[in-house]
Amino acid sequence: MSGHFAWTRLARWLTVGLIGLPVVAGLAGVIAPAFGWLPALGGTSLSLAPWQALARVPGLAEMIRLSAVTGLASTLLSLAGVVLLLGACLQTRVMGMVRRLLSPLLAIPHAAAAIGLAFLLAPSGLASRMMSPWLSGWQYPPDYLFPHDPGGLALILGLTIKEVPFLLLMSLAALPQCQADARLRVARGLGYRPAAAFFKAVLPGLYPLLRLPIYAVIAFATATVDVALILGPSTPPPLSVMVLRWFHDPDLSLRFMASAAALTQLGVTLAALAVWRLLEAAVIRLWRGWPANGQRSAAEGLTRALGTGLPGIALALMAGSLAGLMLWSLAGYWRFPAVIPPLTLDNWRDAAGAWGAPLTRTIIIGAAATAVSLTLVLGTLEAEERRGGRWQTALIYLPLLVPQSAFLFGLVQWQAAHGPPPGLGAVIAGHTLFVLPYVYLVLAESYRRLDPRWSHLARSLGASPGRVFRRVRLPLLAMPLMSAAAVGFAVSIGQYLPTLLLGAGRVATITTEAVSLASGGDRRLTAVHALLQLLLPAVGFALALGLPRLLFRHRTGLMSHS
Amino acid sequence: MTDLTDIAPAPLHLERLTIHLARRTLVTLDTTIAPGEILTVMGPSGSGKSTLLAAIAGFLPAAFRLSGHVRLGETPLDALPAERRRVGLLFQDPLLFPHLSVGGNLAFGMAPGGRRRERRARVAEALARAGLAGYADRDPATLSGGQKARVALLRVLLSEPRAMLLDEPFSSLDVALRDELRRRVVAEIARRGLPALLVTHDPADAEAAGGRIVTLGEA
Repeated sequence: MSGHFAWTRLARWLTVGLIGLPVVAGLAGVIAPAFGWLPALGGTSLSLAPWQALARVPGLAEMIRLSAVTGLASTLLSLAGVVLLLGACLQTRVMGMVRRLLSPLLAIPHAAAAIGLAFLLAPSGLASRMMSPWLSGWQYPPDYLFPHDPGGLALILGLTIKEVPFLLLMSLAALPQCQADARLRVARGLGYRPAAAFFKAVLPGLYPLLRLPIYAVIAFATATVDVALILGPSTPPPLSVMVLRWFHDPDLSLRFMASAAALTQLGVTLAALAVWRLLEAAVIRLWRGWPANGQRSAAEGLTRALGTGLPGIALALMAGSLAGLMLWSLAGYWRFPAVIPPLTLDNWRDAAGAWGAPLTRTIIIGAAATAVSLTLVLGTLEAEERRGGRWQTALIYLPLLVPQSAFLFGLVQWQAAHGPPPGLGAVIAGHTLFVLPYVYLVLAESYRRLDPRWSHLARSLGASPGRVFRRVRLPLLAMPLMSAAAVGFAVSIGQYLPTLLLGAGRVATITTEAVSLASGGDRRLTAVHALLQLLLPAVGFALALGLPRLLFRHRTGLMSHS
Repeated sequence: MTDLTDIAPAPLHLERLTIHLARRTLVTLDTTIAPGEILTVMGPSGSGKSTLLAAIAGFLPAAFRLSGHVRLGETPLDALPAERRRVGLLFQDPLLFPHLSVGGNLAFGMAPGGRRRERRARVAEALARAGLAGYADRDPATLSGGQKARVALLRVLLSEPRAMLLDEPFSSLDVALRDELRRRVVAEIARRGLPALLVTHDPADAEAAGGRIVTLGEA
């Protein structure tokens, strides 16, 4: 057995183990205490007491409702936005623009986007300043609650804005797989107007390919902690935030109830998934005959309006958020209706002592988690190529479908009992858990699409499998590899809960700093941190796009090939 | 395990070679291709022509099952990994590695060892003989279709194959280039005494090959 095959096989098993074990162990780690079993805290008999305590918590039903409703609503909104955009713009020049904007939008971390949105739409935010007093008549910041509105609208908006680019990216990857172009051409040739052609001929093939990403969005949105901390209501907050509070309560006996709550969180996510599945079935049933009813147009004007309008609004919000963050980071004393504050670099200077170490740490963690993930994913893909069998690989998506707030707390209990100690290493391992699935998601398709004749040819020219991998497949995949690395890095930068929990609160990154600052009052310092958090993945993507072009500037065929 | 280091031309034996897909028999072939002979295999798409080449070269996809034997002279190929069979492949597309220069593509297939300067000299000499002198440092993407095809042929010849497998190698070229490349390929195969198997749709290819013709998918 050659070294290459041994390595790929090892990588595959490491991947499966590294991903599967923590999720399973983490779930086990909350199940036991939820039923009273946690010897370290004196829980040595099984009981339902934690559940009874949880049931007595005032506002529990509201917390559950918030988690489920904000999660489902933001998923539905973002899917609608993506579908309408595709229906209105597929095969038009707008799509080219969308494609180019997508990577930078996707790179924006959740926390930074949420902070930006909060600053933009808050009563004293940029949006209200821009319409005051000439339009609104406001001389003082108006009296409405945003963010943290009790209905969770701010949270829904923040989640939607971040999920649209993700679902769009997944759609763009899926479109060629379902032969969207050919389907659209055939339908258009039969006299269907653009939107009708998309809804009737493309969407039925596209949706099944989007199912997994949609489920990942639901799992994330129903259980998010950082976005909920920044934008969500606070009395009561969504369930996931409350779980975090209970786990961090100095009263350790609350851990039992917190575990029951973490399991409830899992239940909420599963229930939301089940609701979505039922909606899916209902829609399919109700509209079964619709694609073949012969109608050549389907709300053409409305689709065009919404399909360009909604993403336009999302884009405007993003741009406004960014502008707001920049202004706040440079603002001196900013009187209310003034749109532009007196500008100063003081905030950056004052913060300089505080962000150096977290920034370096964030980069180290991101780079390490990305490197480990890339190595393992490449090994797994090579092993798949040779031996087929993708069932083990399905496990890779587990961390995207099981909510973080359900199993990470359990994982921390294991960590406390059996090591590894909280710190940089544990945080890197934790990040890898979430970076790896995304790296796999980005790379797998390009890897499988690579023409097998390249490696056949190289083998027949005498190259061993290892040499084919290093000298042929890796260079041919340079572009997708760099994109995958950039996505992995961006995912790591975005991680809040794993950093906080597996580092026991002692591993401060730009992200944990930004989130904790956001709940304080210092907008200027928060803006500086949010911008730094935003800058890291942006640099990552710029390198990912620029580096191969520079390295292979005399090899033009490589660019068009991948 | 023996390496194919002997130089004398050897025939390619395909002994009761059968390829099955599920329960269906796709291809059966029992023949010997003499050194310098080009056996042409024709047949409609889906008849298993390319699969036959993949089986001989050592890349049969897992869904297929192979029985019978492939021997090159006295050396059984079945047990050898693809990279040690020394069976040269030429595809419809030139498939020049886009990340390597023209010279890098040629050197990729050459046996390892030798000084860097010697290897470069061999590459330059081969290019010159093919009318491509001075092309070693060029980006393959800047070559014309005919030039790419010639480089692909040079690359496989510099790897010193003991047999050749040609998978419609001329069909992507226009008529004038096609004739020229056909002549080159046929001449090189004859000069080196390589047993060759040509898969094609084009009767003119078969005629130029000048050997026996087997038609698949008629059993």
